[in-house]
Amino acid sequence: MPWKSISPIEIYKFLPRTNCQKCGEENCMAFAAKLVNMETKLDKCAPLIEEEKYKANYEKIWNIIKPAVKEIIVKRGDISIKIGGEYVMYRHDLTYINPPPIALDVDDEMDENEIINRVKFTENFSYTYTGINLKLDMIAIRSVSEDPKKFMKAVKIVMENTKLPIMLCSFKPEIIEAGLSLLKNDRPLIYAATESNWNEMAKLAKEYKCPLAVFSPGDMDGLLTITKNLLDNGISDLILDPGTFVGNGLSTTINSLVAIRWKACEEEDPLYGFPTMGVPMTAWFLIDGDKLKKATWEAITAASLIVNHVSLLIMHSIEGWVLLPITILRRNIYTDPRKPVSVKPELKIIGNPNEWSPVFVTSNFVLTYYLVSGDIENSKIDSYLLIVDTEGYAVDVATAANKFVPDKFKEVIDASGLEKKVKHRILIIPRKAAKISGEVEDAIKWRVIVGPSDSSEIPAFIKNEWPKILEEWKSENK
Amino acid sequence: MKKNDENPYRKIAETFIKAFEDSDEIELDSIEIAIDKLEFLLSSITRQIITPTIMPSQIAKPIEIPKLKFEKPKMVWPGKIIEVEIGATRSMGGTRDKTYIIGGEKAPPFYFFEEPEIVMPHKPIFALDIFDMKISLPKAVRMFYGEDVLNDPAEWARIAVEKFNADMITLHLVSTDPNVKNTSPSEAAKIVENVLQAVKVPICIGGSGNPEKDVEVFAKISEIAEGERILINSLNLDMDLKKVLEPIKKYGHVVIDFSPMDLDKARQLNRKVYDYLPKNMIVIDMNCAGIGYGLEYGYTATQRARLAALRGDEELQHPLVAGVSNAWAAREAWIKMDPLWGPKEIRGPIWELLTGLCMLLAGADYFMTVCPTTPTTLKEFVEYIYERRIFSKEELYNWVSAKIR
Repeated sequence: MPWKSISPIEIYKFLPRTNCQKCGEENCMAFAAKLVNMETKLDKCAPLIEEEKYKANYEKIWNIIKPAVKEIIVKRGDISIKIGGEYVMYRHDLTYINPPPIALDVDDEMDENEIINRVKFTENFSYTYTGINLKLDMIAIRSVSEDPKKFMKAVKIVMENTKLPIMLCSFKPEIIEAGLSLLKNDRPLIYAATESNWNEMAKLAKEYKCPLAVFSPGDMDGLLTITKNLLDNGISDLILDPGTFVGNGLSTTINSLVAIRWKACEEEDPLYGFPTMGVPMTAWFLIDGDKLKKATWEAITAASLIVNHVSLLIMHSIEGWVLLPITILRRNIYTDPRKPVSVKPELKIIGNPNEWSPVFVTSNFVLTYYLVSGDIENSKIDSYLLIVDTEGYAVDVATAANKFVPDKFKEVIDASGLEKKVKHRILIIPRKAAKISGEVEDAIKWRVIVGPSDSSEIPAFIKNEWPKILEEWKSENK
Repeated sequence: MKKNDENPYRKIAETFIKAFEDSDEIELDSIEIAIDKLEFLLSSITRQIITPTIMPSQIAKPIEIPKLKFEKPKMVWPGKIIEVEIGATRSMGGTRDKTYIIGGEKAPPFYFFEEPEIVMPHKPIFALDIFDMKISLPKAVRMFYGEDVLNDPAEWARIAVEKFNADMITLHLVSTDPNVKNTSPSEAAKIVENVLQAVKVPICIGGSGNPEKDVEVFAKISEIAEGERILINSLNLDMDLKKVLEPIKKYGHVVIDFSPMDLDKARQLNRKVYDYLPKNMIVIDMNCAGIGYGLEYGYTATQRARLAALRGDEELQHPLVAGVSNAWAAREAWIKMDPLWGPKEIRGPIWELLTGLCMLLAGADYFMTVCPTTPTTLKEFVEYIYERRIFSKEELYNWVSAKIR
């Protein structure tokens, strides 16, 4: 059965109803309302967790609100990563919850420097996007040597060089155990239980209290069978890997991921209610060609899996042109679709502008707004940013679709009192809206200057052009 | 930076496209004959067999346990997407060498729980954009054509089809905008005639986005391209629909109904267009934006439209368009960045490619792309997906211990 919204009343009746506000909400009803919208977590209700008398109620609420896909935690030190925890098949049904973590691989036959380089690259990877810092998440250590001692050495090097959580990869239980012995206080992910070793891997997962991946490439019967047996053995923190067949087998992989998520969310079959994982790095040996081609197919595979429900990825490329679009795409797909696409049309004040400061114009599409205001703020230009109502369209789309119109300029200029704030009458519009400049100028009687096409070029524009533009205006309007 | 051959990245980009081209060749040498399945020999992909570091025999025998049986997901998709034919051959009253049918889907994209021929009978169509005047295009696109070509829409179209493997071309008549060059409908019509001469594939004609002018331009184009069944890009609710649809109907063309991100408006617009055109002459566009610049909105609108259609919403059962060229509005596609993020000549094409891929997986049928590498790679992806090769387990078991150097 597909996602069905829950009434807050259903939750409210099992809450303490004391309005203690420990959760940060005004009262229990407000907490219930946020909870059913997945905007807060049940654990925030302290009395429910701490007091024995509420234990049964906690269970009742949890059973109403628990996700269709179990949330699995991988941990190391202070860093914990949530995997899965999803409620819906499609993002517009509600929202996706936990962006799939990306692990980069190292192996125990790489020399120490290479391991350190890759680990440092992973840890230092950072890109600021709409105010959010995009990061990579984990290190997957593969046993290539099949020698427990070599594996331990590689694990040690990784541990010494990063705080990131770890995934131990081998089908040999003795190798996994060698790695686990070094990570006793943590919660690494064990990769993987197969049809041959699941019994021994189950023992390790139990002994070390770690989550366990189940690997059954291209064999859904096998995946189910192993999962069922692990559950029967009390191992329930599982991640399912149906195998990532890059190239002409990708169809099998995508359809396996779709089937698993569909069974979990739409058919509510608990046997499938686990996060999934994909390994786009298989492109490096399944695709023939040069490095450029292999890396391209790794990117294609990663993107295909991200939009098809994968909960965790292992990648090999350290090419920025692979990881940048993939990390941004992941953010985009896991953005809450209930958040509005537009911001309020208004005059935003940046820094401490005076009556001769420049006035920039942009659209009210939320992403445009973030980019432009971020760029101006970062370059510390005291100025005004006039956000014109374009019905939430980006500048280029709004211009093409006739949504960037003089009336809307006028509305926000009047409402904000801009005419009293500045003495000049100059607006700087984006180059992508150049064709409306004449029309706007005629209609609102401000001078319209076409600025750069990208807001990253604003600092140079202000330095090189603005003084001249302002002087010219002043001399003409004495 | 006028001369392309001085550009150090041009070579990289050429390797890039070459690598894509080469993959179509069959190299029997690299196929492991020891594997006795005929399907491997028939496979069109050259695949390097993994150097096994564990021999299959070393993998321990499965533990004998009662087997569970996987059952196909219980999906019911009562709706079916209408099939729309674009272009017309001589026998149909046009002059094209071939036509394309898009649509016909009975399941979400690439849900191959049934045979692909049943659930996705027609493969998507990948077109390259050309423009009727020189516009500012990213260097990563320009370098594939050379500057002169970009002043000559007919030659540009010919190269897009012959060299870069585009199924169709989308000619954008941007110069007709009253605020740009205000090119008259009859002048624009001449450009269209030249392009129809230069290529023999079906074509799509776009306006400038000015609702009044587009009505005039589309009316004229419809007339001079009588019988060609061109795809008109696009109609929207701001237009005088009667005025534009009468000539389109009279001269037999196919339209794109454009309703960015709004399913209700899409239904509303389609209902109005139904008064003039049969349903099998309408395609819809829910908008597309690049990764990092609104991809999620176009992606979700497209996916929602497709799922609603398959669940039975008859007003949305039309093939879908994706304007993937919009990927370049994302700054990461074209600005110079720290070398860590790669040269923009690679980053840019990848940006458009991955944006297109997401729209493909959301359900789009007709793709407007501008970077010449995009159609080739997306077609390769589609071929791979349709191939559905079943791997043996052993082929993948070794990933954990494979050496990648």
